[in-house]
Amino acid sequence: MKLFTAASAASVLAMTAGAAFAEPKAEVMHWWTSGGEAKSVAVLQEEFAARGGSWTDMPVAGGGGDAAMTALRARALSGNPPTAVQLKGPAIQEWYEEGVLADISDVAEAQGWADVLPAQLAEHMKCDGHWCAAPVNVHRVNWIWANADILESNGIEMPTTWEEFNAAAEKLKAAGVTPLAHGGQSWQDATVFETVVLGLGGPEFYQQALVDLDEEALTSDTMKQVFDEMRVLRGYVDDNFSGREWNLATAMVMNGEAAFQIMGDWAKGEFVAAGKVPGEDFLCAPTPGEGYLYNVDSFAMFEVEGEDAKEGQALLAELIVGPSFQETFNLNKGSIPVRTDVSLDKFDMCAQKSSEDMQADAQNGSLLPSYAHGMALRGAQAGAITDVVTAHFNSDMSSEEAVEQLAAAVANSM
Amino acid sequence: MSDWLGRQIPKILLAPTFLAVLVFVYGFIAWTAWISFTRSRLMPQYEIDGVIQYERLFAAPRWDTAMNNLYVFGTLFIVIAMVLGLALAILLDQHIRAEGALRTIYLYPMALSMIVTGTAWKWILNPGLGIEAMVRGWGFESFSFGWLVDPDKAIYTIVLAAIWQSSGFVMALFLAGLRSVDGEIIKAAQVDGIPTWRIYTAIIIPSMAPIFLSAFIVLAHLAIKSFDLVIALTGGGPGYATDLPATYMYAMAFSRGDLGQAASSAMIMMSVVFAIVVPYLYSELRAKHD
Repeated sequence: MKLFTAASAASVLAMTAGAAFAEPKAEVMHWWTSGGEAKSVAVLQEEFAARGGSWTDMPVAGGGGDAAMTALRARALSGNPPTAVQLKGPAIQEWYEEGVLADISDVAEAQGWADVLPAQLAEHMKCDGHWCAAPVNVHRVNWIWANADILESNGIEMPTTWEEFNAAAEKLKAAGVTPLAHGGQSWQDATVFETVVLGLGGPEFYQQALVDLDEEALTSDTMKQVFDEMRVLRGYVDDNFSGREWNLATAMVMNGEAAFQIMGDWAKGEFVAAGKVPGEDFLCAPTPGEGYLYNVDSFAMFEVEGEDAKEGQALLAELIVGPSFQETFNLNKGSIPVRTDVSLDKFDMCAQKSSEDMQADAQNGSLLPSYAHGMALRGAQAGAITDVVTAHFNSDMSSEEAVEQLAAAVANSM
Repeated sequence: MSDWLGRQIPKILLAPTFLAVLVFVYGFIAWTAWISFTRSRLMPQYEIDGVIQYERLFAAPRWDTAMNNLYVFGTLFIVIAMVLGLALAILLDQHIRAEGALRTIYLYPMALSMIVTGTAWKWILNPGLGIEAMVRGWGFESFSFGWLVDPDKAIYTIVLAAIWQSSGFVMALFLAGLRSVDGEIIKAAQVDGIPTWRIYTAIIIPSMAPIFLSAFIVLAHLAIKSFDLVIALTGGGPGYATDLPATYMYAMAFSRGDLGQAASSAMIMMSVVFAIVVPYLYSELRAKHD
């Protein structure tokens, strides 16, 4: 009872004290629950507490965010969304259209986000011209990882064209090494597919085919060549790839069972966690061809009630894009800071290369959103493409048929 | 007064469950039906827009694959599980020694969850870990058993695991049925010198028709709502070769933000269930009236 009176007295005090003294609070929904990721979120949590905020953590594990989305839908429908939710790419726009996102332009302008974020990436964080989300990191998707020893003992250089890659793979195959470590999950098939689209078609073609969904591009001869190359790559994968997780494929490269893996830079986290050194034990290079496919994690800010929650939201946005969190978080996660003014001295050579390329590609207009990781297209369209890609990769479907199905599936998903 | 109360108590006790079922089963069926006629994407919308979702559904090759798989899986699973279950039951019915122990052994897979069954079979059938690797290890280098990674055969691995899981249960159903047949008739037949196989085919099995129907209904609804086994065993792969309607619906609703599409596929699944259950209910009810 005493406790109750004390609590109510405190709440009366808090009310009379007014907004100026409200403790900033934030409820943050995310699905970073595994080792390195959880550590990264804890960093943000500490910074938030150090600034006097009270953080309610709402991790929802499972299904690569599917479970969290289901929880979010229920919360948004009942008119009680969390302060910030881990969302990215077009999904932010989808939620904006439901009319539940907040405007955080005040913070963004005060912090000068427009000056430090690459314009292309900043565009994803805006809804109808105002800021509605805060970016966390940039993952590069079109990486190719290699076991340094295997390449050396077989006299192979890191390939810079797909022909070179095929030649290297044939050589490795003859030597009894699995050329390409791959996991037969549809998103992994899609990851390889988009790097081939970028590599064979170039940035402009990628933009037309996988961002604008231009029918001509989807049914073009270039797209047929892409599917031809996918069929060739299928031959470089071992027989047990079906259903394999991506990190097990990474382990194959690490242990010398396979030579290459095509995967985003989260794979680097696996190498580093196993004590491997980039440049010595394993090599990283962009996949053959030019361009940069990015996957930017971000937090979308939802419309919240109450002065304390609004303050918490502003503080959270400020911290997420702040240089100190950008550095510590990305060192943990294997990605690079989204700000271009953070020093990369503490980062490894792959991250430095990634950052350099990002800035160069941003200038050349070849900084492109990854379709396989939900940056370029909405769920239904991206899913429709992935269905065709994975059906082609896992059967003997001809490239002509795949191209036809691709156009039909995209039209059907609208 | 107490008489009135006595008569009303069952109704009062049942009322909350009745209401709950009305809202949470039939209410949501109606809601899903409504959504299936809208263009709902990420969030439900309530503006009716014709049968567009059904058109999209029937135009999707992935849905074709899913329905085809349901057909293949459902037929093979139900037929083989019933035949195997019946055969096991008849063999166990021969008053053999340690019948109790054997019965338990066959029934045990049912105690596992489908996830466990799926994971175990995933390892057994994986060419690099399971049967293929083992037989090759014995020296048969050319032996190959790669159903799990072959898009044309992967659906049979699901059939295999599902049969392993359920045939013991079917056996228990049939065994109970066999034991319930009037012993006098069987003895009379034996006195007449009729061979045992004839006794089974002409007397015992025909008198077990209701058991067959029950087994069929249980297996059929297991087949249609199969989800966890596919997720654990193949994850729908290779590609989407082992997708079933339930996994299709899940992908649309929860991964792709395409609620309208998910709702329309759910309605089709429900129609399939109704097509099986309604005749059953009808025959049950008619039997009661006779």
